[in-house]
Amino acid sequence: MSQQPEQHHEIHRPPVLRPGHSLLSVTEKISTIVLTRHTSTGWWIGFIVGFIGVMLLLLGITYLFIAGIGIWGLNIPVAWGFAIVNFVWWIGIGHAGTLISAILLLLKQQWRTSINRFAEAMTIFAVACAGLFPLLHLGRPQFFYFLVPYPATTGVWPQFRSPLMWDFFAVATYFTVSLLFWYMGLIPDFATLRDRAHRWGAKVIYGILAMGWRGSSRHWRRYQDAYLLLAGLATPLVVSVHTIVSFDFAVGIVPGWHETIFPPYFVAGAIYSGFAMVFTLAIPLRAAYGLQDFITDRHLDNSAKVMLASGLVVAYGYLMEAFMAWYSGHAFETYVFTNRFTGPYAPAYWSLIVCNIVIPQALWFRRVRRTPIALFFISLVINVGMWLERFIIVVVSLHRDHLPSSWGMYSPTFWDWALYLGTIGLFVSLLFLFIRFLPMISIAEMRELVEEHDQEGHGQQHAAPPLHEPPVGQEGGTPPDASPEEDRPPESS
Amino acid sequence: MHRLRRTVRQSRPDAIQENFNPSIVRIQGFQAVVPLQPYFGLLAEFTEPEDLVAAARTVHEQGYVRVEAYSPYPVEGLSESLGFTRSRLPLLVLIGAFLGGIGGYCLQYWVAAVEYPLNIGGRPLNSWPAFIPITFECTILVAALFAVLGMLALNGLPQPHHPLFNVPEFANYASTDRFFLVIRADDPQFHETRTRELLESLKPMAIYEVPWV
Repeated sequence: MSQQPEQHHEIHRPPVLRPGHSLLSVTEKISTIVLTRHTSTGWWIGFIVGFIGVMLLLLGITYLFIAGIGIWGLNIPVAWGFAIVNFVWWIGIGHAGTLISAILLLLKQQWRTSINRFAEAMTIFAVACAGLFPLLHLGRPQFFYFLVPYPATTGVWPQFRSPLMWDFFAVATYFTVSLLFWYMGLIPDFATLRDRAHRWGAKVIYGILAMGWRGSSRHWRRYQDAYLLLAGLATPLVVSVHTIVSFDFAVGIVPGWHETIFPPYFVAGAIYSGFAMVFTLAIPLRAAYGLQDFITDRHLDNSAKVMLASGLVVAYGYLMEAFMAWYSGHAFETYVFTNRFTGPYAPAYWSLIVCNIVIPQALWFRRVRRTPIALFFISLVINVGMWLERFIIVVVSLHRDHLPSSWGMYSPTFWDWALYLGTIGLFVSLLFLFIRFLPMISIAEMRELVEEHDQEGHGQQHAAPPLHEPPVGQEGGTPPDASPEEDRPPESS
Repeated sequence: MHRLRRTVRQSRPDAIQENFNPSIVRIQGFQAVVPLQPYFGLLAEFTEPEDLVAAARTVHEQGYVRVEAYSPYPVEGLSESLGFTRSRLPLLVLIGAFLGGIGGYCLQYWVAAVEYPLNIGGRPLNSWPAFIPITFECTILVAALFAVLGMLALNGLPQPHHPLFNVPEFANYASTDRFFLVIRADDPQFHETRTRELLESLKPMAIYEVPWV
């Protein structure tokens, strides 16, 4: 990870794509990662680590199905434990993918291009992990299909006024739409892989997945329309999903849950943890596969800014929760808050403050935002912090609620941890399969980026003498071979 | 063998312009397709997207209608230069959104107020504010399905094979860094030599005959 020696000292923002790439070079660079016969040792190590996690998950699920949810640390009053904490954590992580793909697309943020594909993959895998937990938490998971409104012989129908039904529809819709978005983005790239694959098997499989895509201009036109419309549809969807997850809590009357700030605060938290996970994945990936040309320091810088902004919204949420607890004068609400920072789970609360509010303030410094290793550690810290946040909302609110005689404590068992670590293993192994078999950067969109840069290059060559005489804001003048990208008018960030 | 394969081609509705419009003949009760033209069309290869757009515009202005341009990424103004300015997809998505929204609400209303009414604290059976989240999710879900499936259907995909893939240059480079323009042989204006001359005047890198098989 020693790839950014000179860029720290530049006044310019690094480009979104290193200069010197052509249509062929981006295509080759990205497709070879997938089409090469050679599987690196690093890949195998990562995949096997993930796979061990999957085995742990299967073990945990098997024992859970045999013995029931009594194997977890659940009790009354804490009837929602790790399963719900992990559900909310995973689904939050799953928000960055759609945010990057959809919202940044609509805002015409060019830098999203090289990170959207794997952020979308991350979304799908995270939502898949999230979706497991409510089902496992059911107690009688074999009846999970009772959630689906279908004409049953029992004559019983789901209760649509319940936030748990809203949640089911929101998560199912989110998963489906994310999958559609991801697959549609992949179609032109499947066509590229089909055309570039040498092995017969790969040609056939990618060929089937490409559905005969051949890049016709009418096809592209409808494709772009569909992509834009899908982005427009996914944008309110992504906001609605975590809003509805927050309703699971906010509609209840438990002190610490019954708050109107929950929807925006949950959505901001989701974006925060999602971007943190993007960093956790992107930084090692770009180092391992030498993708610094495509995922440049500009991407890291911009994503860090988004992360910092959403982190501040989260901090505001914490502050407002505390303020409302005091301002309401509600005895239980006030108690829940003093209990958070002085009660038995106080270490978790203070760690949360350090992880989510104190340490991320380092992102104010450009130097930190452009140092991948620092970003990587900050992102890990935020991942932990966001998990703690959900732990505090779920467990700490429940363990001392309205009735002091029924107060209790919750401590996770081995099986709680097994399922949590198991889903991390599932997530990791799915990601490793993804980077081995699918292009982790959208090739077609990178080609567009190359072409746009080329055109800007041409334009500048023609217009250079009159327009660019005073090299404003450049230290020591422009070197003759300075890339045209560097002189681009800054995009909004 | 060639003849056999030719007859296997299925007839397709010609809603999508670039699919073939072969003549349909009946042989012993079987509907079969025998292309009248000796080849699918003439294919010109370009290296720059600007050249392709210019060529497409010229060919379109010359009155050719069975023309299609191919690029490895969406090129701005390319479909417009071929006279394809409006796609019906947005309308389709709007219909999907209405279907999803109305369907989602009606399902909840019917279940909660008609089929399985539950009196909860004397609240109205049609407690519409509680039905909004699911109505919203259904709207998005059906609209998104219409967007993706509608795009595929209007594009005539999946269509695993197409005569263009018989040109090795197309099959190998069309999805990397080459730009192609095809004028189909069944175009009413198509003329073996005049069309070829027109394409040559556009200064392509190469011109290929696209064989049927």
